[in-house]
Amino acid sequence: MQDTIDRGQGENRPDLSLDETELLARLRSGYGSAYEELVRTYSGRLLAVARRIVGNDEEARDVIQDAFLNAFRSLPRFQGEARLSTWLHRIVVNSALMKLRTRRRKPEESIEPLLPAFLADGHYAEKFSTWGEQADTALSRTETKALVRRRIDELPESFRTVLLLRDIEGLDTEETARVLETTPNAVKIRLHRARAALRTLLAPHFGRGEL
Amino acid sequence: MKCRECDEFLADYVSGELAADVLATFELHLSRCRNCRTYVEQYRLTIAAGKTACEAAKEAKGDMPEELIQAILAAARPVRDHSS
Repeated sequence: MQDTIDRGQGENRPDLSLDETELLARLRSGYGSAYEELVRTYSGRLLAVARRIVGNDEEARDVIQDAFLNAFRSLPRFQGEARLSTWLHRIVVNSALMKLRTRRRKPEESIEPLLPAFLADGHYAEKFSTWGEQADTALSRTETKALVRRRIDELPESFRTVLLLRDIEGLDTEETARVLETTPNAVKIRLHRARAALRTLLAPHFGRGEL
Repeated sequence: MKCRECDEFLADYVSGELAADVLATFELHLSRCRNCRTYVEQYRLTIAAGKTACEAAKEAKGDMPEELIQAILAAARPVRDHSS
């Protein structure tokens, strides 16, 4: 069964699936059932995205409500330049980041203690012991996944956000820089430090084989 | 290349963005430094762990409260009526 529609030559856009094209047409015609289908189809996963970024249920619910309302208002301008799901995902990410910005700013803890130290001769100060296969095996367990998510939540916010946007939500460096209103180079540096810090936080668990 | 420089190039290395000459120097260092090889492996596993842990949560459905769905649909009504 053909599940895509040829959008024609020269148009730099992904093919929308037939289901999405039909849903979009019904949304634009104002069918209530189409709005409900959109919300029921995508809201569960998008709520999880919002929860990961803002870090709690209550604010994640606010984010989802704001995001869907923004999406409904923006529907007339949506030209199918991305999949509906991708477009909604971006709106939720932006709404979640807006929510983070409105929070009262508190001084962020330094990430330095979680980064690897170096000796004067340029070698790592720590001798790393291999995690081996136990890390791979452990990651198939639900409790290990929950532990990894908790360790991600422990990262200082500006680093956690970059790690989530780049490694989890799949935004590229330029787009992450744009939504965070910073430079691509700053994103790259923060991402590297976030990963290094997360490695430090995971090492006691994966290294000792306690998982 | 020392471990410290290796660390600076690590993100570009795992994303395959190192220029050929830097890549050659980087891999030469790795071939000689077991500690860096272990660190690079742990760095990769850390990225994979984050993805795996969060993908599981991302795929989880059915935790969208019905009252939240109804609230969104109620808020959509004026927008929908205006646009149709």
